[in-house]
Amino acid sequence: MHWHDRLAQGLLFACCAALALFLIGPLLMIFVKSVQDKDGVYVGLVHFREYFATPELQQSIRNTLFVATVVTMVTVPLAFTFAYALTRSCMPGKGTFRVIALTPILAPSLMAAISFIQWFGTQGLLKGLLAGASVYGAIGIILSSIYATFPHALMIVLTSLLLADGRLYEAAEALRTPMLRRFFTITLPGAKYGLVSATMVVFSYTVSDFGIPKVIGGNYNVLAVDIFKQVIGQQNFNKGAVVSLVLLAPVLLAFIVDWFMRRRLQAQFSSRAVPYVPRRSPGFDRAMLVFCSAVSVFMLAVLGMAVYTSFIKLWPYDLSFSLRHYVYGLIDAGVIVDYFNSLKMAFYTALFGTLFIFAMAYLLEKTRGMATLKAAVRLVVTIPMAVPGLVLGLGYIFFFNHPDNPLNGIYGTMAILVLSTVVHYYTSSHMTAVTALKALDDEFESVSASLKVPFYRTFFRVTLPVSLPAVLDIGRYLFVNGMVTISAVVFLYAPDTRPASVAILNMDEAGEIGAAAGMATLIVASSTAVCVLYAIVTRYLLRRTQAWRAAPRP
Amino acid sequence: MTLRAPRDPGAPVSLSKNGDRSPVARDDAPYLELAGIRKTFGRFEALKGVSLDAARGELMVFLGPSGCGKTTLLRIVAGLESQDEGRIVQGGRDVSTVPAIGRDYGIVFQSYALFPNLTVADNVAYGLVNRRTSRETIRSRIAELLKLVGLPDAGPKYPGQLSGGQQQRIALARAIATSPGLLLLDEPLSALDALERVRLRGEIRALQQRLGVTTIMVTHDQEEALSMADRVVVMNAGRIEQVGTPREVYEKPATPFVADFVGKINVLPAVAEGSGRFRVGSVSLALDHRQDIAAGTEVKLYLRPEEIGVHVNGHAAAGALAAKVAKVEFLGAFCMVGIALDAAGTPSLVANVPRQQVDAGRLEPGTAVRVSLPAGAMRVLS
Ligand SMILES: Nc1ncnc2c1ncn2[C@@H]1O[C@H](COP(=O)(O)OP(=O)(O)OP(=O)(O)O)[C@@H](O)[C@H]1O
Ligand SMILES: [Mg+2]
Repeated sequence: MHWHDRLAQGLLFACCAALALFLIGPLLMIFVKSVQDKDGVYVGLVHFREYFATPELQQSIRNTLFVATVVTMVTVPLAFTFAYALTRSCMPGKGTFRVIALTPILAPSLMAAISFIQWFGTQGLLKGLLAGASVYGAIGIILSSIYATFPHALMIVLTSLLLADGRLYEAAEALRTPMLRRFFTITLPGAKYGLVSATMVVFSYTVSDFGIPKVIGGNYNVLAVDIFKQVIGQQNFNKGAVVSLVLLAPVLLAFIVDWFMRRRLQAQFSSRAVPYVPRRSPGFDRAMLVFCSAVSVFMLAVLGMAVYTSFIKLWPYDLSFSLRHYVYGLIDAGVIVDYFNSLKMAFYTALFGTLFIFAMAYLLEKTRGMATLKAAVRLVVTIPMAVPGLVLGLGYIFFFNHPDNPLNGIYGTMAILVLSTVVHYYTSSHMTAVTALKALDDEFESVSASLKVPFYRTFFRVTLPVSLPAVLDIGRYLFVNGMVTISAVVFLYAPDTRPASVAILNMDEAGEIGAAAGMATLIVASSTAVCVLYAIVTRYLLRRTQAWRAAPRP
Repeated sequence: MTLRAPRDPGAPVSLSKNGDRSPVARDDAPYLELAGIRKTFGRFEALKGVSLDAARGELMVFLGPSGCGKTTLLRIVAGLESQDEGRIVQGGRDVSTVPAIGRDYGIVFQSYALFPNLTVADNVAYGLVNRRTSRETIRSRIAELLKLVGLPDAGPKYPGQLSGGQQQRIALARAIATSPGLLLLDEPLSALDALERVRLRGEIRALQQRLGVTTIMVTHDQEEALSMADRVVVMNAGRIEQVGTPREVYEKPATPFVADFVGKINVLPAVAEGSGRFRVGSVSLALDHRQDIAAGTEVKLYLRPEEIGVHVNGHAAAGALAAKVAKVEFLGAFCMVGIALDAAGTPSLVANVPRQQVDAGRLEPGTAVRVSLPAGAMRVLS
């Protein structure tokens, strides 16, 4: 075998080892710990039996499923209607609506909870709307989760609606198919996969998210908070492992359903589809405009309230403008350091994560041989999507805090935060990389071999530059998520690496809502800056390196 | 000017460079030898023992239906796919287990696989740059190559700005830039429109002859194969059916598959009657060149449509058979004439008749004609 092939294989093995170490190892430890007692002695299913005998914990399961079901049933139809308006109507301001609808991605989920407390809490402006019910509990969790999951669902559904083939609509029109029938025979079936996928994503997100119920849940217990209480509150790690597995079950189920649907529906879209171009229809356009405006007002009200809270003295008594939350609450209190921690963490996550994920995808898709190993890796990289952050974080504690683990030095460092975040957001990034690589001619590697050019040269000279848009996209995605992530890192930070999202949680608990809102505002501002930067870079810098894309044909 | 330059594009030209790896290789030894190549994908046998020699400087074409293993064989020659069994010797060197990067060839793919982010010049220079060649030499080499493929001004453009045919020429220039001993072309023309295809056919052939580079081309277009090849390798289902010059393959197909696949042909089921006579329905034909077939053997007679003589008004040669025109299909210079023999039990035939003759004889369905089936042009295969 030539040393080039050996090098490629060596790299692939190294990447696989890293995946095993930072994904498989920690997950397996959860299973192990769930059947051990504090001292590591095997106890069988005792914890499980105890767990299911405790009425409050059973209540948590019911609560979790109830909340997730309601959120899914509200968010997905909303997101579908919104996406439908963006793709099938001629209403004005589509670009603005789209940007507004995606803003929740830039903020930690905690921010939504804080905002809803400001709006509907004891001192809330709109408290009356709840007719006596308290926002602390199911209502607050549901509202906040709808806000936080909406953009995720929207992106998925939007993609599937955009993929629709315009020729189908032309054919239907030529056959004089009525509008409603067209909707049910073309639009819905075409978006079916997107809808199922969005349903699964929203459901999993709500079940796994821990920031929202922690802040606004009150006495309404859900599984994610139970894990947190077991681990942080009672230091009962083994019980925590058991709850983790219970939490993993519904998410895993959602993931498997999604996976099967994806396989079945793979061949649905032909690559030669012609994009659908909507036509004017005043009544419909106006209705869609009203709907999208309403959703946007909701989005802006949540984000706006958080930002507003950070810039006033004290809600709702003294509404005068003030920077005191930033100056005293964040800078003087030393909490601002956490913000810089988050910036650092997000930056490293984006940098190393993008490098690793793209390299791995390249080795998987573009090198030859080792088909079995590659098939296994392709399956493994889909796992992170199905693992809630809390579960991953707990696995990291078990695995890296183990005295026998030679790597336990990374425990409590920035490195473990970065690693866990990369792994947590691995799957989507990997998909982006694979899609970009699949679009490249398969023969580039063959051509370079025939010209005696080593594969890594072609990687740096051709593959990477051509895939630059996807690479930047992955970097942005990892950065933004690195800024807002809380669930995986909440178990893993040390005092000097505490990220901003955890700081928000602590400040909220201490009643410093203003400072918490200020921190959330900083996060949103940073993520927005990165997204703007990304837009500028892709538009202007790429115009030079990707001149061939824009080059006019004769 | 000759472009058959050695490794270092700057160094003096030498034609015998493929020999210098192996001093024993004589000029009449084949440049490329494949022996017993087998390849399976899972349980599917893509190549079932293929053996083949290619002479130095010849253009060999692999021809066969889709899925017969042409590309697989080509990729094995290139080292892009590894054979399960069999030996490959190139220029006297056994390269059976040498990976692609260690072999000596240039390749052009159906998709061209031009690097979209590099200019045409950079694409052509891609294999030259890492060979410690001075920039000046590379530049002049690029200019030379671009001129050779007829696109002297394309250098600063990007591949996306060129038409399909132009891109194909650039891919060719890139493949021959390093003066490889072997040039591999996998359906290089199939993505082009008909006119461009015919034009490039000639250009590639001329270029290949000028460079004298041993070349293997894959195609499933028989016209392309017949017009370009020194020798055609007809493949079917992982096996070689016949190797021969285009004329041999067309005029003397070795197997029923080759007869059927290359060109149009009439098939007449017949029974041998001994001493070179064969019975087709109620007609008995004399084929003196096939005395060897024992009486009673069932065979098939093959006859090209253009070999059949169609005569009106009794000018027919001796032994012509009475028949009626069943159908006339206009094809331009020729008409395809369907003919039903009057003799009982004979299948209908298709003949190619020049347009003028069709007009002169007023051939139309129902016209009575006499047809002659020349014995010399008839192939007997069982
Ligand atoms: N990597 C592979 N895995 C499995 N089967 C393969 C693979 N490559 C080729 N085959 C199979 O081997 C057979 C021969 O393939 P090959 O590509 O050589 O055909 P071909 O003669 O080039 O056909 P075409 O004219 O369509 O290009 C086909 O049946 C194909 O399905
Ligand atoms: Mg092929």
